[in-house]
Amino acid sequence: MSSKVNLIKEEWFGNVRGDVLAGIVVALALIPEAIAFSIIAGVDPMVGLYASFCIAVVIAFVGGRPGMISAATGAMALLMVTLVADHGLQYLFAATILTGVLQILFGVLKLSRFMKFIPRSVMIGFVNALAILIFMAQLDQFIDATWVMYTMVAGALAIIYLLPRVTKAVPSPLVAIVVITVIAIMTNSGVKTVGDMGAITSALPAFFIPNVPLNLETLQIIFPYALALSIVGLLESLLTANIVDDMTDTASDKNKESRGQGIANIIAGCFGGMAGCAMIGQSVINVKSGGRGRLSTLVAGVFLLFLILVLGNIVVQIPMAALVGVMIMVSIGTFDWSSVKGLAKTPVTDSIVMVTTTLTTVITHDLSKGVFAGIILSAIFFVAKISKVHVTSRIEGDQKIYSVTGQVFFASVDELIAAFDYNDEHKEVVIDFTQAQIWDDSGVAALDKIVLKLRANDVHVRLTGLNPPSSKLIDRLAVHRKPGAKLSGH
Amino acid sequence: MFKNIMLAYDGSKHALRAAEKAAFLAENTEGASITIVYVVDSATSKEDVLHFASKEVINETRRKRLKTVEDLLEEKGVSYKHEILHGEAPEQIVGFANSQEFDLVVVGSRGLNGLQEMVLGSVSHKVAKRVKSPVMIIK
Repeated sequence: MSSKVNLIKEEWFGNVRGDVLAGIVVALALIPEAIAFSIIAGVDPMVGLYASFCIAVVIAFVGGRPGMISAATGAMALLMVTLVADHGLQYLFAATILTGVLQILFGVLKLSRFMKFIPRSVMIGFVNALAILIFMAQLDQFIDATWVMYTMVAGALAIIYLLPRVTKAVPSPLVAIVVITVIAIMTNSGVKTVGDMGAITSALPAFFIPNVPLNLETLQIIFPYALALSIVGLLESLLTANIVDDMTDTASDKNKESRGQGIANIIAGCFGGMAGCAMIGQSVINVKSGGRGRLSTLVAGVFLLFLILVLGNIVVQIPMAALVGVMIMVSIGTFDWSSVKGLAKTPVTDSIVMVTTTLTTVITHDLSKGVFAGIILSAIFFVAKISKVHVTSRIEGDQKIYSVTGQVFFASVDELIAAFDYNDEHKEVVIDFTQAQIWDDSGVAALDKIVLKLRANDVHVRLTGLNPPSSKLIDRLAVHRKPGAKLSGH
Repeated sequence: MFKNIMLAYDGSKHALRAAEKAAFLAENTEGASITIVYVVDSATSKEDVLHFASKEVINETRRKRLKTVEDLLEEKGVSYKHEILHGEAPEQIVGFANSQEFDLVVVGSRGLNGLQEMVLGSVSHKVAKRVKSPVMIIK
C-alpha cells in the first residue's frame, strides 16, 4: 500500500520544477493549435480551448502515461467536420460523450493489445494523411487572400523555424503569433482574424447536458462519428504513449490510458468541448522542456484556462495568417519524412499499403476509413505472401514421396491440389507434411480430395509428418479416413 | 595518455570517421577503452516507434546501428562498451561526458541531420564548449 502512495507521490511531485515550467510552455503552445483545430472542425475557438482545458486537466488524474499531453487535436477535428456542418454543435457534444463511453469500453475490455495487429505501414500512412489533411485545411484560408496574407504566413514560418537558433526558452510558434498579431494591429492591415471565425468568451466552461433528443435517431447520427473518433483517438493516443515511453525510457499503462481518454472526453463533452486525444507534437514539447510527471499535464491545462480568461479579447485579434503558419509547421512536423526517404528500401507491398492508407484518407477526409483500407489491403498481401505452397516429389524404391512445404489453408489449397500427379504409375504414395501446417477446414478438404482422387486410381496413400495441431484437425474433419469415403460430386 | 575515451556516435559517416580516429588512439594506448555513446533524440524516438512499434524490435534496431562501429573496434582489438541515452543529443552527450572521468571525448564535426543543425546549431560546437575533458572534433 505504501508503495502505491509512493508511486502516486512520484508521479505527481517527483519533478515539480520541471513539470511546472514545461506545463506553462505547453499551455502557450496549445493556444494556437486549439484555436486552429476548432476552425478546422468548423466550431467556435472556445470549443477547442475548453476541450483542451478539460482533457488536459482530467487526463492528468486518470491517464496512464504521466507527462503525455492530450487536448483538442487535428485528427479528431477532421473527423467531426461533416457532423458539425450537418447537425450542429449540440450533436458534436453528444458524439464527444459517446466517444468517451466507447473508449472506456475499449479500456475495460483491454483492447489496446489488438494495436499490434495494425501494420506499421498503416500507422505511417495514417500519420502522413493526418499531416496532409491539416495542410490542406489551411488552403481554404488562402482563397481571395492578398499578398499581405502570404507575407504574414511566410513571416510566421520564418520566426517559427529560425527563432530556436537564438533561444529555446519560449515556444517559437507563440512568438510568431505575438509578433504577427502586433504587426497586424499596428499596420491596421485588415486581414482575417480569429474573431472573424467565431466568438471568444472569457468565461469558465459550464456544465450542461447536450441539447439533443435522446432517441434512436440521435444515436444513429452520432454513433458512426463516435466510433471513428474513439478509434482514431486511441490510435493516436497509444502511439503517442509509446513515443513518450521511448523518449523517457519508462513504461506506461495503456489500458488505463484508454479509460482515461474516455473519461476525459466525457467530461469535455459535458463542458462544451470537442473530442480530443493525445498529441505527439505537444507531448514531445513537454518532455523536451523537462516535463515528466502528471503535474506537467495539470499545469498545462490550468494555465491554458488562465490564459483564455485573461487574454480572450486579444486572442480574437490574432490574424488567421499567423495560425496558418503554425498549422503548416504542425503538418510538416507530423509528416513522417523518413517514410519518403526510405521508399526505395521498404518492401513494395508495405509502400503500397502506406500510400493506400494515405490516399484513402485524403480522398474520404476520414482517418478511420484510411486505416481500415490499409488494414484490409495488408491482410490481403499477407495472405497472398503466405499462401505459397511448394510440393516436391521423389521416388524411393516403388514409392513416390511428395513433400509439402508451407501453409495449407483456404488461399493455398488450389495450388496444393494442382501439384499432384493423379495418374501416376506408382501405386504407393507418401505425402510428407513435416514442413507444412494445416490451418482450416478448406485445408483438410483439399487433403481429402487429394487422397480420394489418388485412391480412385488405386493408389495407396500414406500421410506422414503431420504436426499435432494439423493431425488433430484432420481427425476432426477429414472424410478420407471414414469407411466408404468417396469424392463428392464435383 | 588518452585511456578512457568517449565516442559520440550517431551513425553518420562523420561519426564513423570519428570512430576510426578514436580506435587509432585506443589501439596505440595500453589498456585504453572506448565508451560509445548513442543518443536517441525525440525525432528518432518518434520515427522508431512509428516504424518498428515493439520495444524488442526497436532495441534490436538500435543495437544494429552501433554494429558498424563495434565491428570496427573489434577488428582493431579495442575494448569498448556502449551506452544508449534518451534525450536531445548535445545535452545528453555533455551531461554524460561530465558525469564520468573521460580522458578524451571524440565527436564528428557534423551529424546526420544537416537541416536540424542549420536551425539549432551544431552538436560538436556545443560539446566542445561545455564538456570539461579534452574534446577532439574529427573533420
